[in-house]
Amino acid sequence: MAQKPVREFFVKQLFAKEWDRYFTRLNYQFKSVLITPETQIEGILKANTWLQKDNLVVKPDMLFGKRGINNLVLYKNKKAGDVVWDFAKKWMKEKSKNETVLKSGQKGLLTHYIVEPFVPHEQEDEYYIAATSQGLEDVLYLSAAGGIDIESGWDEKVTTVFIALDDDEKKIKDKILKGLPKDVPTAKKNIFADFATQFYFFFRDMHFAYLELNPFVIKGKDLFLLDAVARMDDTAEFVMKEKWGAVEFPASFGMNKKIPEVEAIEKADHISGSSLKLSILNKKGRIWTLVAGGGASVVYADTIADLAGVSELANYGEYSGGPTAEETRFYAATVFDLMTREKNPNGKILIIGGAIANFTDVAKTFEGIVLAMKEYKDQLKKNKVKIYVRRGGPNYQEGLKNIKKTADELGLYIEVYGPETHVTEIVRLSVG
Amino acid sequence: MTGLFNKKSQAIFWNNNTEAIQRMLDYDYTVGREIPSVAALVIAAGARKFELFFFGSEQIRIPVYQNTQQAVENHPEARVFLNFASFRTAYEVTVDALKLKHFKIIMITAEGIPERMARMINVEARKQHITLIGPASVGGITAGAFRIANIGGTLENIIHSKLHRSGSCGLVTRSGGLFNELANIIAQNSDGIAEGIAIGGDRFVGTTFVDYLLLMEKDPKIKYMLMLGEVGGTDEYKVIEAVKEGLITKPIIAWCIGTIAENFSGSVQFGHAGASANSNMETARAKNTALKEAGFIVPDTFNGLPDMIQKTFATLKKEGIIEPIVEPEVRELPVAKRKNKNFICTISDDRGDEATYAGIPISAVATPDTGYNIGDVVSLLWFKKRYPKWATDFFETVLKTVADHGPAVSGAHNAKVTARAGKSVVESLVTGLLTIGPRFGGAIDNAAKYFKFAQDNNMTAQEFVAYMKNQAIPIPGIGHRIKSLKNPDKRVEGLKNYATRFFPQHQLLDYALQVEQETTSKKDTLILNVDGTIGILMVDMWRSLGYAETEIDEFISGGTLNAFFILGRSIGFIGHILDEKRLEMPMYRHPFDDILYDE
Repeated sequence: MAQKPVREFFVKQLFAKEWDRYFTRLNYQFKSVLITPETQIEGILKANTWLQKDNLVVKPDMLFGKRGINNLVLYKNKKAGDVVWDFAKKWMKEKSKNETVLKSGQKGLLTHYIVEPFVPHEQEDEYYIAATSQGLEDVLYLSAAGGIDIESGWDEKVTTVFIALDDDEKKIKDKILKGLPKDVPTAKKNIFADFATQFYFFFRDMHFAYLELNPFVIKGKDLFLLDAVARMDDTAEFVMKEKWGAVEFPASFGMNKKIPEVEAIEKADHISGSSLKLSILNKKGRIWTLVAGGGASVVYADTIADLAGVSELANYGEYSGGPTAEETRFYAATVFDLMTREKNPNGKILIIGGAIANFTDVAKTFEGIVLAMKEYKDQLKKNKVKIYVRRGGPNYQEGLKNIKKTADELGLYIEVYGPETHVTEIVRLSVG
Repeated sequence: MTGLFNKKSQAIFWNNNTEAIQRMLDYDYTVGREIPSVAALVIAAGARKFELFFFGSEQIRIPVYQNTQQAVENHPEARVFLNFASFRTAYEVTVDALKLKHFKIIMITAEGIPERMARMINVEARKQHITLIGPASVGGITAGAFRIANIGGTLENIIHSKLHRSGSCGLVTRSGGLFNELANIIAQNSDGIAEGIAIGGDRFVGTTFVDYLLLMEKDPKIKYMLMLGEVGGTDEYKVIEAVKEGLITKPIIAWCIGTIAENFSGSVQFGHAGASANSNMETARAKNTALKEAGFIVPDTFNGLPDMIQKTFATLKKEGIIEPIVEPEVRELPVAKRKNKNFICTISDDRGDEATYAGIPISAVATPDTGYNIGDVVSLLWFKKRYPKWATDFFETVLKTVADHGPAVSGAHNAKVTARAGKSVVESLVTGLLTIGPRFGGAIDNAAKYFKFAQDNNMTAQEFVAYMKNQAIPIPGIGHRIKSLKNPDKRVEGLKNYATRFFPQHQLLDYALQVEQETTSKKDTLILNVDGTIGILMVDMWRSLGYAETEIDEFISGGTLNAFFILGRSIGFIGHILDEKRLEMPMYRHPFDDILYDE
């Protein structure tokens, strides 16, 4: 639960949905479609007849920026603004074939594209606006010079408006009016200020953590959102369910696509009052972790990277907040399942770690791990998994005793330590 | 006063998290607190008025309220608010608490409050100079004085980590689990902590590293600090600024976890919502480098912390800044002696040499020279304190007034018939008493209830009469068989005179007399009768004694007024029963000719 990036398509869709409530002085025609491997092309063409009439722009919609610099914006075949649907379709198919390496080093398979009409416009019609949450304030960035170059010469081009969370509407309007960039043409000052104010309210009310339009274009009474980047505060989902509709929080480009097992853990996490987190970093990694606690899990990951090298670490995850035995069993079984899929000649290491719990009943959570161990005993043995346990907290003695007893009975290799041993000592012991 | 808490700090605990509350009380007992650290609970849907907990071996009651405002009104000394509501309601609960402008410290445990809501709370808390621990925090502890909920874990761990008495380190972490871990590491490598806070794992927490460290700088118990930061956010840089500006001079050992994050392309979201870097500055490595450059004591890895603590502690000890601690005796928790009680008694106690009434030995109230009359005893046993003389005299006036109303009233009649059937005094008495109810004697309760209701709702006398007519309810306490304004009831006159002379105020009586004006204008026997006068004056009495309206309503709905009638009339019933015994009248049989047979 935290700030999560969303697709450009989702942002524009939300703008369209809320447009009349916020932006009465400007028109916005929502003409965007999201093309994914699952898209029924026929249906989408029928619903959006403009796709086969208009000239188009196509971009991957997979959370990464600098698509222009990466040559991933399709807007011309022979000359700017001559891309038709068939050409676009071919381009997407081509781009999706092989792994794409970005200039940042991120690499992955392109799967999601946003397709929109090409909007011919002058450079001088491009504007920039962004809003972000910063502690006790929101910050609004405004510029009359939008576009991909915004970051070079930021200080000259962009004005910054700080809005306190308890500023009233009038104060906000005044601040924005005062903070308007000097180079906005006089004729457009009013409409720009009005748009910026409403943009801020939209940002605030929709629980965005970050929202950037770069650029947007104002032509007469029409507004065009050429590009949008945003992060939502996903903890607001329970209050925003209706407004947001179905919102997807995709994994960032370059991260492995979420496997069903990870999605199942996410679902369990969502339902539970406790916390269950799992991400796979390298499924071929030798060291797997089953760590309790949001802080301790990070310390284990740091230590494994320091002592064994980051490539050895297979997963990051944590369970905390007093999960039930069944929740822990499900979580542990998922990790055991994933870690025993590919053998490693040197065997594998399982770190069952955690700090000294405040209130989580260690015996109870270990009960779940013990059940999973019994379920996966053969796979764990076949994969030569060595288990290292360290934990403290309520009923830790009983928890440690039971897990040791079970492992011994099942014939699994296990070493067990309590709070007298330094929290990450088992990492050192396990890698020698 | 420095430090967040002391041995007198008390909290209002929102939600009935029994295990966490019991842990607090166990800690209280172990560190020798005289009063429990939890003054009251707020349970929104709570039907009970209190919950039972153990303080040492003794079972104690902690009052329960349905909202925070009531809790604050009754426990103004409790300035700490522990919000254990879920993430769905934690925001509203906090906003309500902030509105009271009463708390000095608010702690929120819920993880996943929408960021904007968390930030709004923070803005208001800062305006009020409140320390806001969390959201997503396990709490904080001032060693040897006050512990929030579960922080520090089991009591065994608390003692092992020396959290039961003050050491010399100030500890600030994001994580709750690592707080515990570090408290333990600090205890093993130095003399432990004086105060520690887990500030919370969400991106936007209230009071943050620099605020706590500035407080710790001022706390003479604290000689050095340890800050455990994390990847994500820029709070650690504010600490660096404070050190550079000379606002913090005590040594700080610091580390930010999450150095692994930069090995991954894209951003990694760790377990804490705040633990994700949005820019290079927010990475753990950048922060650790900046901390080191600014002169903080920074190890090479998290695992280097024990060594740093040991060295810092040794240096400060050598310099004489840290003095040796005499380990206090630990009060052992008498868990084996704990026994859940089936009954509770709050009015008297017969365990000592002499039984007591509300703490006063019987011998000190019994004889005339003590100055205690029967009215005083009633006030002690019914209301748990001695009422002033004007009130106890009023009690006696009431008891005397209602003692008997002749043999014809139904209760007395029943008692007499039963006595004539050869039954004992007690059997005859209860037969009479069982007649008391809505029609016989019940007017006292209802008069108090309806007149108070009318006045509470600002009805004029006229409106009240119209209202009752609408409801088709005869006004309780109004009307007499024969008495009228011209031929007044002397008992009523006596009560009214007494009240006007001795009661500090009698607003409800005045109101009732206005109502009487209305009703007698319709029929002259519709006067305020003796039942009505008693009920109404009881309300005036409790108001004069400073009881809250809600408490008075509870007295009425609990049947307290009726109790005066029962007690007083018992005197009369017993009189009639003894009369029958003396007369030896035969078994009573009702004559045929007095019954209408109508088959």
